Amino acid sequence: MRRSPLVWTFGVSVFFFSFASAGNSFITLSSTTSTQASGFFDYILPLFKQKTGIDVHVIAAGTGQALRLAEKGDADALLVHDKAGEMKFVNAGFGVDRREMMYNDFVFVGPRADPAGIRGTTDAVAVLKAIGAQRATFVSRADDSGTHRAELRLWEEAGVDARAASGTWYKELGAGMGATLNTAAALDSYTLSDRATWLTFRNRGDLELLAEGDPRLFNQYSLILVNPRRHPHVKFNAASKFVEFLTSTEGQNAIGEYVVEGTVLFRPNYQKAE
Amino acid sequence: MNEFADAAVLASKLVLHADATLLEIVRRSLEVSLAAVGCASVLGLSAGALLAVTRFPGRKLCIILTNALMGLPPVVVGLLVYLSLSRTGPFGGWGLLFTPTAMVIAQIVLITPIICALSRQTLEDLWLEYAEQLRSLRVTAFGSLRTLLWEARYSLLTAILAGFGRAIAEVGAVLIVGGNIAHVTRVMTTTIALETSRGDLALALALGFILITIAMLVNGTTFVLRELADCDAR
Repeated sequence: MRRSPLVWTFGVSVFFFSFASAGNSFITLSSTTSTQASGFFDYILPLFKQKTGIDVHVIAAGTGQALRLAEKGDADALLVHDKAGEMKFVNAGFGVDRREMMYNDFVFVGPRADPAGIRGTTDAVAVLKAIGAQRATFVSRADDSGTHRAELRLWEEAGVDARAASGTWYKELGAGMGATLNTAAALDSYTLSDRATWLTFRNRGDLELLAEGDPRLFNQYSLILVNPRRHPHVKFNAASKFVEFLTSTEGQNAIGEYVVEGTVLFRPNYQKAE
Repeated sequence: MNEFADAAVLASKLVLHADATLLEIVRRSLEVSLAAVGCASVLGLSAGALLAVTRFPGRKLCIILTNALMGLPPVVVGLLVYLSLSRTGPFGGWGLLFTPTAMVIAQIVLITPIICALSRQTLEDLWLEYAEQLRSLRVTAFGSLRTLLWEARYSLLTAILAGFGRAIAEVGAVLIVGGNIAHVTRVMTTTIALETSRGDLALALALGFILITIAMLVNGTTFVLRELADCDAR
């Protein structure tokens, strides 16, 4: 009897199905687009895997989405950067053992022509006041990420109601850091970026780093474990190993040794709790 | 124009050197989409055949529904599958979210209606032509169905390939349910999205070229199959 294509495709699909779902020991880490886009995970995860044999599956989203994903129990650990959101998450009982583990900073990038004249300004609030006064084009992540939340806090401090101008000179994208930089390059507009993503970004066009150095641009990254009491299925032990590794002397040194274009992207700053 | 030239050069380099990362991504794309097409074919062809040869109340409604579902927006499918497979969702206990299996499920949902609707049309036309003959020969229901499926094999394969084309080119659903995890759920379309966001347009375009090549191969195969079917019919 001739074999129908049906039988054939079914056989193939069963084969691939079993193949595709084969897996081993892993944890799921809910994290941010900045840590992924900067290549940090490509560097640090193999070191952890070598030490423990545990794979880390990274879901990169904005901090807001990363927190919500973990609230639903779809991740074992978090690496995010929004202290207010993190504290809320921990206080609501979703997370335990929050550890501040590294930092970098935000920078203002914009077109070389610099219509708002912010070049060299070290006061982040003055930068936004100038951009608002000039109604110079500014693209915002608008994705509830750590960077977006930091940006909104700065607008508030500057006393500029940028969101009222949404759609005119202030453009809300709802996109990751890289996609936002692409848009900024295409529209010759200003934006706020974390330094790591900016340094590793390849499609800069006419964009330049224009303003930096305000202490308010400090950007702290923290690790949080998803509370096993809330979500009993989480891989708490394996995820704890990951947190222990990144906050150990070895892990902290490794973080400090990650250099792109001569610049350290993330500076380790874990302080053991007293 | 420079970007296109750079991308073309990079694409050919990656392919010629059989770049390991590239091969891995292409292989995973094929695995996921072939698995989805396999399952969707079984489901879609069975449902299509059933709708073609049986008569029952509500059949018209089913046909309208499958035709409408052919245009399911991938992101919506992604969202629904995501909510179902999430730990707090109805199937959360399986722990399938962010695995290749989740991507296969999303693609099955997406393309089963396509295969079902297209095969239903083909089989129904054929059934009208053959019904009397098969009945007079006292062929069993199962036997009739097998004859129909065999006679329509080229058109049915075309329907399956249409499903495959949709599955492998789709990004919205697999990005949501797969999470674009490196070495686990990263496929061609999600890599293109990621590399574009990294500003690495050359690699994104290189993968785009490969995807287009696969799409053209599928379409070419469909065309050849049609020709074969026409030859057979004569």
